[in-house]
Parts: sequence; C-alpha cells; structure tokens
Amino acid sequence: MDLISPDLGLIIWQTIGFAILFFLLAKFAWKPILAALEERDGAIEASLNEAEKAKMEMANLVAENEKLLQEARVERDEILKSANEYAAKLMEEAKGEAASAGAKMIEEAKAVIETEKQAALMDVKIQVAEMSLLIAEKLMRKNLSSEPAQKKLVEEFVKDIKLN
Amino acid sequence: MFRKFIRLSFLLSVVLLAFSAASIAASGEDEDKTSFIMHHIKDSHEWHFATLGHTHITLPLPVIVYSGDRGFEFFSSSSFVDSETHHFGVEHEGYYIDENDKLQAVDESRSFIDVSITKNVAMLFLVIGVTLYLMLGASSHYKKHPNRAPKGIASFVEPIVVFVRDEIALPNIGPKYKKFTPYLLSLFFFIWIGNLLGLLPGAANLTGNIAVTVTLAMITFFVTNFNGNREYWKHVVATPGVPLPLLLIIVPVEIIGLFTKPFALTVRLFVAITAGHIVILSFIGLIFVFESYAVGVASTLMVVFINLIELLVATIQAYVFTLFSAMYIGGAVAEHGHDH
Repeated sequence: MDLISPDLGLIIWQTIGFAILFFLLAKFAWKPILAALEERDGAIEASLNEAEKAKMEMANLVAENEKLLQEARVERDEILKSANEYAAKLMEEAKGEAASAGAKMIEEAKAVIETEKQAALMDVKIQVAEMSLLIAEKLMRKNLSSEPAQKKLVEEFVKDIKLN
Repeated sequence: MFRKFIRLSFLLSVVLLAFSAASIAASGEDEDKTSFIMHHIKDSHEWHFATLGHTHITLPLPVIVYSGDRGFEFFSSSSFVDSETHHFGVEHEGYYIDENDKLQAVDESRSFIDVSITKNVAMLFLVIGVTLYLMLGASSHYKKHPNRAPKGIASFVEPIVVFVRDEIALPNIGPKYKKFTPYLLSLFFFIWIGNLLGLLPGAANLTGNIAVTVTLAMITFFVTNFNGNREYWKHVVATPGVPLPLLLIIVPVEIIGLFTKPFALTVRLFVAITAGHIVILSFIGLIFVFESYAVGVASTLMVVFINLIELLVATIQAYVFTLFSAMYIGGAVAEHGHDH
C-alpha cells in the first residue's frame, strides 16, 4: 500500500469508526462533562458573587456601626455638655436664690428687730411715763412733808427703778 | 537525572530492538536492513510484532473484500502467507497480496473494494476503544458526583476539555462555539490518543496514515461548509468590495482556498507523524547498518530523545489540527460586522 495514496478501505473504516466514536462521545461523554463543567462554573460564580456580596454587606455593617458609634459619641458629648450647662445654670440660680433669700431674711430680721426695738422703746417710754406719773403722784402725796423726806423718797424710787 | 535518562534509554532500546527491528537483524543486504522502516509506517494485512530467531510473532487479520459479482468475502490474512518464507504471495480464492501488501485479484479485469481489517483498522479500533474507555470513565465521575472537584480519570480529562472549550473553540468560533465543541473535543482526543498509541513499540502508524488524515480533514471540510452562513458563501462566490474584473481571479482563488484548507490539514498531520516515526526508526536502523556498539549507544540515546520530542509533537499536532478546524469553522459561521 503506497505511502501517499489514501487507501479506500481505511477511509471507509475511518469514517465509520470516527462517526461512531463521535456520536458515543458526544452523547455519553461530552454532554454530561460539558454540562457538569458549566454547572460547576455557574455554582462557583454564584458563590463568589455571594461571598463578594457578603463582604460588601459586612463592610456596610461595619461602616454603619462606626457611624452609629460616632453618632452615639456626639450625642453623649452633647448630653454631657448640656448637663454641665444645666448644672452650672442650676447652681447659678441656686446661688442667686440663696443670696436673695438670705438678703430677704436679713431684711426681714432687720425689720422685725426694728419693730421689736420700736415696741420695746415704746414700752419703755410707757413704763417711764407711768413710773414718772407714779413718782409724781407719790411725790405729790409726800411732797409737802419735808425736803429730806422728798429726797429720800426720790432716792427710793430711783432705787426701785434700778431694781426694775 | 542523567542516570535515570541512561536507564530509561537502555530500557527503551531493549524494547524497541525486540519489537520493531529485530526482524532485519538476520538479513544481509543493506537495503533489507532498513526496509522495516517503510514496512512499519505503511499499512499491512497482518500485524507483525516481533521476530525471534525464525519465529514470527504475527497477528493474522481478517481480509474483507467486496465485489459486485461475489458480494462480501471474508478470509484470514494467514491464508495468503507462504508457510516457508513467511511472506504474502500465496493465491487464495482468486486473490493474492502483492509485495506492497496490497490485495490484488488474479483476474485483473475484476474490480473490488478491499475493506479488510488491516493493521491500521485494528489500530483504529484500539484507539476508539481507549478513547471511549477514558472519556466514558471520566463522564461517569460527573454523573456520580455532580458539582465536585474531578478525581481519577476525570481530573486528567477535565483540564484538556476545558482547554479545548476555552482556548480553541470559544476564541476561534465565537458565540456559536457550543455547537462545535463536541466535534472539536472528539477530534482532539482521537488524534492525540492515536498519536500517543502510535508511538508504542509495535503499534501501527494510524494518525500518520494519509487515508486517516484525509478523512478527518474532509469531515472538518464538510462541517465547515455545511455550517457556512450567507456571509461566508458571499465571500467565496462574490467577494464584496472587489471590482468585477478582479472577481474573475479572486473567485477561483477563493474556491481553490476551500480545498487547500483540508489539504493542509491532511498533509500536516500525515507528515508530522510519519516523519517522526521515520526518524526514530532510522536511528534504530543505523545500529544494524553499522553493526557497532558505539553507534548503538549513540543511536539509542537519540531514539530516546526523539521519542520524548515525539510525545510533544503528538500533542502539538492534535492541538494544531483541532485549532485549524476551529478556525475554519469559525470563519464559516462568524457574523462579519466589518468589510474586508
């Protein structure tokens, strides 16, 4: 059989053989293998996408947490600041109130004292007047007896007053 | 590494000498000493494995003849063998096998078709069997364990399948690649396994036979042209944008181009594989021509070296044949969005 002239018998067998091989392989080998590969590629792609998504979500979550934390911090600072301000204001107010109340009380006390003093003075004046009257009366009664007796009487009264 | 290489070459030389070439060791003429080369690369009606002394280890193959007047006839190739010379030449039922290992009718006016199971046809069955065994074994993995990483044969087959799909079919054919991937895969594995098995000592030179390569090329030719779209045929019969006088030249060239493509495929594979076999066998032949130990060692080293290269060539040629088939198909089915 010559080297470069194709042999008809072999061509026939090759055609039949390759056709059978092709149909068997296409149906029983390539179809399931290619389908499985495609399915696996799809599955891998899907899980990769999912992982990417999960990563993004995670990052979002972290960012959100950070934001929340930041907000909480700011809020805390604000609360603290306002609380401090309020406390300061309160203290200021309390101080003012206490001062004014003290002043008022002192004022009132002074007034009371003044009143009391006036009353006492009035009382003293009345008593002095009464006593004067009394002395005058007694003097009037004893007056006429004698000079020494008068003096003596006056001294007695004065002594009495001292005792009072 | 070097020691391994020496050991390997020794082993290979023993195997190769025992199986491929020992038959000519006893003969005297220089021409006889190298005749085994052509005998190996051509087809034969029997499968000759080895000659030990005067015993020929040969597998007789069925001879099948179809003729208009006698229908199908079946013989064993051993019926044509001379029991003394161990060569063909005996006449049987009106046929004989000539010195070129070709079946001839005694009555020269009779016409018939020789569809014998020759050595290459037997090799073809072997290649088909091995390919089917490997691929069906691989596909059973995917049926049993879907969505799992490949194991066993599947892990060997899968990267090649993915390579053919993603590197050959997809870039050259484009969006319609799915339709042609099974053909390209079958083509690649058939040629590759054929090339590799052909390298085994005593094996037939299947993919280096022009009948085999021309058949594969013609299948690609038919697949290409049956799937050619309007655009493709317009390019062939009335190339757009070419003035009329030039069309008289261009169109015949385009039509010739249709046939040069399968011709190139045919010749490339045939030459690459056959040449590789001839080189290996020539180095072995040198040993018997010079009958020297020094040449024996050098030749054996070279044979091992060429054998390793042939492993590469086997893969490259399978790749190239598949790649060009994909390119031709891609050219026929592509939707051209631009003018040439």
